[in-house]
Amino acid sequence: MANMTLIGAVNDALKTALREDPSVLVFGEDVGKKGGVFLATDGLQAEFGADRCFDTPLSEDGIIGTAIGMAMNGLKPVAEIQFQDFIFPAFDQIVSEAAKLRYRSGGQYTAPMVIRTPYGGGIRGGLYHSQSGEAYFCHTPGMKVVIPSTPYDAKGLLLAAIADPDPVLFMEPKALYRAVKGEVPEGHYTVELSTTRNVREGDDVTVVEKAADMAAEKGISVHVVDLRTLLPLDESAVVEAAKKTGRVVTVTEAPRFCGYAGEISAIVAERAIEYMEAPVVRVTGFDTPFPNTLEHHYLPDARRVIDAIEKVANF
Amino acid sequence: MTITDLSSILDGPAQAEGFDPGISDEELLHCYRTMQLVRAFDDICLKLQRSGRIGFSIPNKGIEATQVGAASALRKDDWFFPSYRDFGMAMYHGVDPTDMMHNMFGNSLDTARGRQMPVHFSFTDPIHFVSISSPLGTHVPQAVGAAYAMKLRGEDKVALASFGDGSTSTLGFHSGMSFAGVWKAPVIFLCQNNGYAISMPSHEQTASSSYAIKGKAYGVPGVRVDGNDLLSVRAAVAEAAERARAGEGPTLIEAVTFRMGGHSTSDDPSAYVPDSEFAEWRDKDPIDRFERFLIQRGTLDVAEPELIYADCLAQVDAASKAAQATAPPALETIFSDVYAEIPDHIRSQGQAAFELAGRLGEAAAGDGAFPL
Ligand SMILES: Cc1ncc(C[n+]2csc(CCOP(=O)(O)OP(=O)(O)O)c2C)c(N)n1
Repeated sequence: MANMTLIGAVNDALKTALREDPSVLVFGEDVGKKGGVFLATDGLQAEFGADRCFDTPLSEDGIIGTAIGMAMNGLKPVAEIQFQDFIFPAFDQIVSEAAKLRYRSGGQYTAPMVIRTPYGGGIRGGLYHSQSGEAYFCHTPGMKVVIPSTPYDAKGLLLAAIADPDPVLFMEPKALYRAVKGEVPEGHYTVELSTTRNVREGDDVTVVEKAADMAAEKGISVHVVDLRTLLPLDESAVVEAAKKTGRVVTVTEAPRFCGYAGEISAIVAERAIEYMEAPVVRVTGFDTPFPNTLEHHYLPDARRVIDAIEKVANF
Repeated sequence: MTITDLSSILDGPAQAEGFDPGISDEELLHCYRTMQLVRAFDDICLKLQRSGRIGFSIPNKGIEATQVGAASALRKDDWFFPSYRDFGMAMYHGVDPTDMMHNMFGNSLDTARGRQMPVHFSFTDPIHFVSISSPLGTHVPQAVGAAYAMKLRGEDKVALASFGDGSTSTLGFHSGMSFAGVWKAPVIFLCQNNGYAISMPSHEQTASSSYAIKGKAYGVPGVRVDGNDLLSVRAAVAEAAERARAGEGPTLIEAVTFRMGGHSTSDDPSAYVPDSEFAEWRDKDPIDRFERFLIQRGTLDVAEPELIYADCLAQVDAASKAAQATAPPALETIFSDVYAEIPDHIRSQGQAAFELAGRLGEAAAGDGAFPL
């Protein structure tokens, strides 16, 4: 066991994978000598050489397109998109290609690959260094979408994603990169995809959120569930958690309309409405682009989450 | 000039006795002063960032001649589609450093209303300096579209798309070049080859023998010039503009220069730029080179550079103080400008935000009423 930050755990997972499996490759913009703009790939090129960890030309379309070809042909690409905000030139490769290859070839061709990308606000990144675009990819059958929120999960989920037979978008909450620390086992272990994690047990309100652990103590006992994998989702776990308290708040940073919080709300409505004591409330980013100077007003921070919890608890 | 050879006026024709640049002294001095202003702005922004007063900046040192040289060859009614490193293009045409500082601080007088990161400027006056987007290459085909509109209306204006060597790998670069070639759009593509795209050396970005040569397959003439020589960049852009205004279509210019610092204030270049490379380029400082030329021909007195720089520093310092003293944007700026008219769902989110901020006694709340 070592005490690590979330980004340290990502780095450790990549090293573990590169060490264990010669077909694993790590590449993207500035991941080599520089070790990534957030240093997630720090030291990889020095340890494993420029054949295993390397910089690419500045094209997300190129990065993901070539990764798909590698994945089809026996390699295990772990591609980095420098910021999730810059993934859109590769949208076609992800949505039309990686996600549909297995289906359209009857399983003859597949794209077992991982796309790592930092996402989310809280670093004063304005419109284009802050977005949470998970909904675009969760609307894409064939993709898996994973978001870790602890160092332990980051390493275990990333190793599970690398071993997975399907393309996985691994979204790393950049605001948590160095903000959380935790015990991380040495060597290989995995955290199963499509499982949830109970962050905190409680009886009054269930909070389903991806970047967990808001301070919510006002005499209300809060049950916090971290989804870990958004697609495919462990729906039963969500339904069970909702039934437990009958009051649900869902939290995402992304804009509200057609967002992931709405999906949770719909699942609860369809499968547990008879248990509900209050409307399901979404706490989300606004339906606007992400601002810069006023980002603290945009983020669904503790003050907004607590406000919603009180509303639901006192309904 | 050829596609792979580097052309330089300061190192070439300007060395000859009696060389005439064909530019008035007043104009030469305006270019020189603008380069000094860019450097002063850059120096002060780096200090503001280090002292925590602004969140971010983009170093400009070393590429002033490319920016100012290019801007100086264009007119005020031409359109600029800049990159985040093009401070000098705005300054040359008279954008007030105070207006630029408002963006660095993201305050209520920022034209982007504090929504964008620093260095993402947007101006319509005194020039069209089109709102800068972080996603690279996206503005290249947009410049072609704007240029095509000029052509359709029979205007003799041009559009300039400016971007780094790294951005030539983006989809936007290739579609922009392709369309411009076919449409013979009055557009100038300025590729600032400043040595690196963050940490990626420009010679690893492409297997082409130059960036200028990339125009060839699109039917777009390419030229490669000394980007640390204001006269060379200016001449190349002037010629491209002349061709464009005459209906002869686009040009791709590769200006070879060097980023004398990190990619941004978040970057430490020592991990990937050898010291020797910095040292080599320090001797080719574009301001020093132009200064020597001006002094040699008697346009500038030896004592003047220091005074000019001090004057620029004072101007930028005053600008930064004014911007720092300006209030942050109002809460309503999160919700406005998403659409021409605020739809109901955004209005109700705004109302909720105001109500909560008011209840929590937060400063930006005003009287708790959503004003829009
Ligand atoms: C589509 C896209 N991918 C990645 C980035 C992140 N990024 C910002 S600047 C940069 C390097 C740009 O290099 P270049 O085009 O040469 O311009 P320079 O910064 O050298 O002026 C990268 C990779 C981005 N902004 N947009």
